[in-house]
Amino acid sequence: MGISDYVLELNNISKQYAGNRVLKNVTVKVKPGEIHAVLGENGAGKSTLMNILFGMSVIHTTGGFEGEIMMDGKPISITSPFDAMHLGIGMVHQEFMLIPGFTITENIKINREHTRHNLISRIGGPALKSLDMAKMNKEARQSLDRVGLNIDEWVKVAGLPVGYMQFVEIAREIDKTNIKVLVFDEPTAVLTESEAAKLLDVMRAIANSGIAILFITHRLDEVMSVADQITILRDGEHVRTLLPKETNTFHLAELMVGREVHVVDKGDRTKGSQEIALSIRGLRVLMPGEEVRHVDLDVREGEILGIGGLGGQGKIGIANGIMGLYPARGEVTIRGKKLALNDTRGAYAAGLAFVSEDRRGVGLLLDSSIETNIAFTAMQMRESFLWKLGPISQVNSRKIRVHALKMIKTLDIRCTGPTQLTRRLSGGNQQKVCVARALALDPTILLVSEPTRGIDVGAKKLVMDTLVKLNKELGMTIIMTSSELAELRSICDRIAIVCHGKIEGILAPTDSDVDFGLMMAGDYYKYRGKEA
Amino acid sequence: MEKLRTIVKEVGLPRIIIMAFLALLIVLAAAYRIPLVPLLGAVMTRTLINGLFVLAMLPAIVSGIGPNFGLPLGILAGLIGLLLAVEWNLTGFTAIFVAMLTSTPLAIVVGAAYGWLLNKVKGSEMMVATYVGFSFVSLMNIGWTLLPYRSPVLRWPIGRGLRVTITVADFFQGVLDGFWDFSVGGFVIPTGLILAFLIPCGIVWLFMRSKTGLAMKAVGDSRQFAEASGLNVDRYRILGAVLSTVIGAIGIVVFSQSFGFIQLYEAPMFMGFAAVAAILIGGASVRRASISNVIVGAILMQALLVIALPVAGKIIVGGIGGVAEITRIIVSNGIILYALAQVGGGD
Repeated sequence: MGISDYVLELNNISKQYAGNRVLKNVTVKVKPGEIHAVLGENGAGKSTLMNILFGMSVIHTTGGFEGEIMMDGKPISITSPFDAMHLGIGMVHQEFMLIPGFTITENIKINREHTRHNLISRIGGPALKSLDMAKMNKEARQSLDRVGLNIDEWVKVAGLPVGYMQFVEIAREIDKTNIKVLVFDEPTAVLTESEAAKLLDVMRAIANSGIAILFITHRLDEVMSVADQITILRDGEHVRTLLPKETNTFHLAELMVGREVHVVDKGDRTKGSQEIALSIRGLRVLMPGEEVRHVDLDVREGEILGIGGLGGQGKIGIANGIMGLYPARGEVTIRGKKLALNDTRGAYAAGLAFVSEDRRGVGLLLDSSIETNIAFTAMQMRESFLWKLGPISQVNSRKIRVHALKMIKTLDIRCTGPTQLTRRLSGGNQQKVCVARALALDPTILLVSEPTRGIDVGAKKLVMDTLVKLNKELGMTIIMTSSELAELRSICDRIAIVCHGKIEGILAPTDSDVDFGLMMAGDYYKYRGKEA
Repeated sequence: MEKLRTIVKEVGLPRIIIMAFLALLIVLAAAYRIPLVPLLGAVMTRTLINGLFVLAMLPAIVSGIGPNFGLPLGILAGLIGLLLAVEWNLTGFTAIFVAMLTSTPLAIVVGAAYGWLLNKVKGSEMMVATYVGFSFVSLMNIGWTLLPYRSPVLRWPIGRGLRVTITVADFFQGVLDGFWDFSVGGFVIPTGLILAFLIPCGIVWLFMRSKTGLAMKAVGDSRQFAEASGLNVDRYRILGAVLSTVIGAIGIVVFSQSFGFIQLYEAPMFMGFAAVAAILIGGASVRRASISNVIVGAILMQALLVIALPVAGKIIVGGIGGVAEITRIIVSNGIILYALAQVGGGD
């Protein structure tokens, strides 16, 4: 075998989690000094691919993966992050892995300190050697200069601006002398525009020094400006690998989100109901990781409104804010009546019900039975399923049982019986229990977040069909938040796309892939020139 | 084999070990010719008079504040009520009811403050609760010397303050023990005591099946879920602390009338530990508990303590006076330690 052109090859990588294929035959090859962008939506398989590259335990405890990884033309096996480090694969994390109380030098040099022998270490062994701070500072300085960071190396990391931390993190990686491949995981997500531009310059400089870069992102213009090659993943599939000159932003947007859309037949709908069921003005929600900055949105009576967008942009925060689960400000009115924010009880009283995206944390009492889960919220908020005598109440077990059996049948919840603990159910059936719990409240407006996340295809279809049925037969207004654009497009009447904590725009499900892709990347108005 | 495994899983290994140890003690007791019938009577009485302390753990665990190591708070409230009954020279059932009725409002106030405090320290309730208990016992050491009780039965004949141990024989000793009691072949069944334990158990069981009880359980199970269901988590935790404290107060009234003495000063200090150990041995974890855990735990715990003492005394034949007592302390603390180490073992 001759010397390979590629420093790193991921050949035909496939991976499944419990029968669910998340990567199918993905191949990525990187040459030294090349910036290779890996582009895809959330859930496209980018993180799984990186977890495989770094030998994370989540891969190996779930049955490993198929395919091979080669470095410099030789097959290698990476079974832990240490292996990856020794082979010269480094990572710049999305969330900073820095120790705030340490100086920049200490952070850069941690676990790779230069040491000197002293009197005690000669007797007590190498663990007692003293640090060669002068040498460490000098090398840290060189690395900082390479990333163009003009800050003293002895400054503590705590209190540095976010942008600086990103660069310190990069400096730490390129300071490793054996580094061959550097992975940037959405590095510009937390940076300002000028910082992001600078980061792209630094990336180019690093690549020019011969280090290969894997650039994980969903920002199209960054990819176009910096990448030498672009691989696009969608639903775990390798869509295409192209050169920037073969493509443009629109084309990339289309490839990133484009997929077959099966529009569910919703029958003859009385289109054009212009009555507003729920109106949101200036909503701000402090939900960590899904912050909503300023949302104005009107939901029409009897429609299914989709809220889409990439992860971390704030789409999840909207429903959580309305329901009072995270601190919110702004104005929400339901059919003309103002809704008090930060008051979950009030939200239920106003006829809302919520199916949370965090099924196992927020959505279920895992150690309680299916029937208790279904009845619980309705019992607490509406006093259903109870015998009442003055202030004394007792659970009406019979009523709960009858209702649970009915729901198990209608929603096809696969279980051993209504008393089975929800912990033992599969994801899809857990989700059905969550939906049943929301329905027990007889809501007029149903908020559903990520209803199909992590559940199998059959259950997905059933959950979606149920939503359509509720909408059609009971006239229930549904607000569905989902990362799965195709699903939004299959059942929604309108789809609002959230970007940077704001509504970027509202599209019809029949609008083009390009429009959806551009909007999700926050580039819609830049290219389309329209203003909302 | 498969069946055996499911049984072990159902009952829980810690309980099987405790039961095996108990069986060993009974065999030893028989071998040393210790008469078993009086022992069983003692086990029964002690189970019943300590049972309410174990029951007090249930609302605390279920509401999510964990085993109530601050049980001395409730006991102190109960003691104040008991002293009032003696102060007013009440006897019989009147005394018992007055003691319960006067201590309950006190326990509610103290319990609410205690719950409020535990809401401030979510995540380290057990440690904080332990020291809240210790602090209040010490505070009341001063209280017992200052409180304006006047009855000569309560006060030292000379000097100030209340006696360490107050005999209630002339007031209400054995009122519950002797209520509707009957004898089966020399074995006395204390109907009154049984009711005094089982009725509160029944009330708590019904409460856990009410809207409020179910909400409290949800709060303890998953704070996030409860919040998303529109429940005020802090309020239900305070309710759990209040219920636990009130049951503790009533518990000490039942305990003292059977025991025959009101014990002040350091006596309540460690009463919480035995109760925590009992409910854990009974199969509860620090997050989940049921009435059956309470009953099974109270019986196992007291059986161990009651039978271990004479057996230890026999094994160390002709031992120096204090050795048997030391052995008893080692055994009882050993059981508590084992129970605490098995936290969550019965899940």
